[in-house]
Amino acid sequence: MLESVLVANRGEIARRVVKTARRMGIRAIAVYSEADADLPFVREADDAVLLGPAHPARSYLDIDAVLGAASRTGASAIHPGYGFLAENPSFAARVLAEGLTWVGPPPAAIEQMGDKISARNLMERAGLPVAAGSRAPVADESAAVAEAGRLGYPVMVKAAAGGGGIGMSVAADDAGLRTAFATAQARAERFFGDSSVLLEHYIEHARHVEIQILGLADGRVVALGERDCSAQRRHQKVAEEAPSPGLAAGLRDAMQAAAVLAGQTVGYRGAGTVECLVDTAAQDFVFLEMNTRLQVEHPVTELITGIDLVEQQFLIASGHAVSFDPDAVAYRGHALELRVYAEDSRRFLPSPGTITGWSEPSGRGIRVDAGYAAGNAVTTFYDPLLAKLCVHGASRDEALATARDALADFVISGPKTNLAFLADLLASSEFASGDYDTSVIARLRSGTA
Amino acid sequence: MTEIRAEMVANVWKVVAAAGEKVHDGDTLVILESMKMEIPVLAEGDGILTNLAVAEGDVIQEGDLIAVIG
Repeated sequence: MLESVLVANRGEIARRVVKTARRMGIRAIAVYSEADADLPFVREADDAVLLGPAHPARSYLDIDAVLGAASRTGASAIHPGYGFLAENPSFAARVLAEGLTWVGPPPAAIEQMGDKISARNLMERAGLPVAAGSRAPVADESAAVAEAGRLGYPVMVKAAAGGGGIGMSVAADDAGLRTAFATAQARAERFFGDSSVLLEHYIEHARHVEIQILGLADGRVVALGERDCSAQRRHQKVAEEAPSPGLAAGLRDAMQAAAVLAGQTVGYRGAGTVECLVDTAAQDFVFLEMNTRLQVEHPVTELITGIDLVEQQFLIASGHAVSFDPDAVAYRGHALELRVYAEDSRRFLPSPGTITGWSEPSGRGIRVDAGYAAGNAVTTFYDPLLAKLCVHGASRDEALATARDALADFVISGPKTNLAFLADLLASSEFASGDYDTSVIARLRSGTA
Repeated sequence: MTEIRAEMVANVWKVVAAAGEKVHDGDTLVILESMKMEIPVLAEGDGILTNLAVAEGDVIQEGDLIAVIG
């Protein structure tokens, strides 16, 4: 087993990875920026190294600084968490070249799945269903208009190298498409250093459902069920649940088989997620993209399977068998995750500030993965995720009831938060019914859900 | 005269308009950035941008003056 691991991330995910590492007897090393020195993940690690100033480019994204910290602390492995360097194939290759264990998939798999256009093409060739869309980057606005003519409106405009919903928008006509294309291209260049943009036919009334996979050390790829991530604002997830209330058993089996095939096609190892769009009316699905890392919402899967996914990542990375029987995965009850963001509940605008009070719910069926505590400053430099409130119940109704009570007990003072909005979401008849799609939050905001 | 003030702590990413320019209701004056999100600051009404109080790279606090439209 690994002697030590450097966690190249921050906030709740760094804290969560540190927790499992320590439980397994692996020395956990945190790295942090000047802005994060007081955060719980720094304190809870066995060792912590200051990377540099707050700006991500000078700390969490600084490959030399991260590898320098690994070398100074004698780290034997690097876990990248999600975001930052997690899906950077050259970082993964550098880690391996330094003789360290990379707690992630092979760099080639990251690369093959990293560009949404080549991933779509590769998956289509492998036999997965994909949405009608671009097979090459769309050069300019006129080319986009021509492409939309072929695909049919509405279309989704996306950054090929993108993530986190950045640069994504839906266009219903030529004028809207020209604006969306220009915005997507500018943001793609700025945030991802690659201005390639693609178009996909936009499926209305779709659910966003993803399959968790694990590529095992022996080469097998197994699926661990789905997570429904349809509740989104600005194309970013707000609430996730498993099982999905919108999948019939046959569709679930087909999606799991497709996700396994996707993993096998790229020789996948470790934890990964195959994201799909499900047309609820037709009960069929298309491949959207693959995230070659641990997902933010991984606790939902952990709660219904009883499997610690970070533990499996460590086991697989060090060449060991996983801790459960891959042929007998049992699913139990229903789980929900609510993302608590530092943003106002009305317009979802960011709200940094110092946390003056923090009181987490606890009790049966409740798990809180938090990145902050009272006294910490929430800065403008990083994403607004403060905590993930996760609940488990024997049924969906029981999980919802637990979530409502837990939410009412969650108190954060200082920055504005979306706690009140999350309570509205749980109270809405559309979400409560389970019969919702990716527009549920937009409808809730406009008073039609 | 309309004063436009910051609604939140943010970094000034881009200054789009220039002092002395004629602006129209809804024009983007400045683009702020906070927590990986771009937040455009829009003109509230037509007029001349008599004061642009921020520069690219500035960190502004809630309530800080961004621009004045006269």
